[in-house]
Amino acid sequence: MRPILEIAGLTRRFGRIAAVDGVSFTLNAGEVLGFLGPNGAGKSTSMKMIAGALSITDGTVRVCGHDVATDRRAAQRHIGYLPEGAPLYPDMTPRALLDTAARLRGYGGRARAAQIAWAVERLELQGALDRPVETLSKGFKRRVALAQAILHQPDLLILDEPTDGLDPNQKHEVRGLLRELAADRAILISTHVLEEVAAVCSRCIVVSAGRVVADATPAALAARGPLDQVFRQLTRAA
Amino acid sequence: MRAATHGPSPAPPGALTITLTLARRELAAYFASPLAYVFITAFLVLSALLTFQLGGFFARGQADLVPFFDFHPWLYLVLVPAVGMRLWAEERRSGTLELLLSLPVTSAQLVIAKFAAGWAFLGLALALTAPMWIAVAYLGDPDHGAILTGYLGSWLMAGGYLALAACLSAATQNQVVAFVLALIACFALLAGGSEVGQGLLAELLPAGLADALAQLSVLSRFDGFKQGVVALADVVFFAALIACALLANTALVELKRDA
Repeated sequence: MRPILEIAGLTRRFGRIAAVDGVSFTLNAGEVLGFLGPNGAGKSTSMKMIAGALSITDGTVRVCGHDVATDRRAAQRHIGYLPEGAPLYPDMTPRALLDTAARLRGYGGRARAAQIAWAVERLELQGALDRPVETLSKGFKRRVALAQAILHQPDLLILDEPTDGLDPNQKHEVRGLLRELAADRAILISTHVLEEVAAVCSRCIVVSAGRVVADATPAALAARGPLDQVFRQLTRAA
Repeated sequence: MRAATHGPSPAPPGALTITLTLARRELAAYFASPLAYVFITAFLVLSALLTFQLGGFFARGQADLVPFFDFHPWLYLVLVPAVGMRLWAEERRSGTLELLLSLPVTSAQLVIAKFAAGWAFLGLALALTAPMWIAVAYLGDPDHGAILTGYLGSWLMAGGYLALAACLSAATQNQVVAFVLALIACFALLAGGSEVGQGLLAELLPAGLADALAQLSVLSRFDGFKQGVVALADVVFFAALIACALLANTALVELKRDA
């Protein structure tokens, strides 16, 4: 088991309010962790901190051994991140966006073309490569943002609601992709969609009010009763 | 299909490669939207109008570009904040700033890349006024050295305004607020050197202090360039203005990681 992500006592305060409050867990290569919780539970805040886009108030985050607080860029080289809402530059084409991302990740020449071609094929972006992002459908936009996140084949994929806005066929495709990618890396997914947990996750953590209230396999959670009921019980009690 | 190079990632790119890649993306963004074309058209039309109508280009009977450069500090006052206002405010509003902050790049690289692209764009707009130069060369025998230094000074001044506007854009996610703040800041830099400003300063402040403040105005600093003199003090003034604004800009972007 290769630990990819090690989090200890992760805390984030905004003024007096603790949005994330002492979250700890370790994620190994091969695991797909579903990060579950109601809106405002601290899922996105945690993911931003792990990705290095938000500073950490307290605790440590290590990605492939690199501390995000003290050695941010070394950690970020191992991370692919899909922020909430999949923000992209509306005027740019997917081709230009992916090219820029590949250059920033250090790919040149043929290697760059190969990485881009791989991501484009995996997310079926061929037909949309040269159209400005603002003219694309929501599903295409989401897939462009996903392509940008997986392009450099990172050890840790952080995906904030990756299937939001996709139709059932596209959801199925993306879940298949995630299962395939999970073989030799760790994936952290936040989601509201409980069926997604059973479909792709090997483990799930339920957070409520910034704290971890459950850490189990989807099967173990399902054994407690219907997933939506378990979810409600866990997140209401906290 | 597996990517050919799965496994060890390539060596991290150098600081220059990163900055150039970011700047290239930034510069391409100007031309992907109407912004570049609207700006360049407005700049060319306004500078020609001001030079020929208000500046009395022909009435002066002199083959030089002094009436053209005279209006640059005022023209930039409105146009440069319009370029700078979106640099950070738009990234914050649209959420792409989060994507930028999650990349293995430093805040300084982001700041320098955005500024460099904006400055190159302003340089291009300025270069497109070259027909003015050709016109005076055709009409008479101008001092080409003075015109060249005029262009250099104008570009440096645009850089100073842009660095200020970029810095203030990082302070807010509202582009209109960023524009107004930049307009005020640039006006403050300008006003001390204008006749009205000098009169006001002389009434309010002791003579020594009023003089010192007038020296800090971009108008006073730009004067030499228009006359063909490149004084080290003037170059240092604009370089220091740009450097200070970009440092503050970097600090503001770092703060964004905290909020």
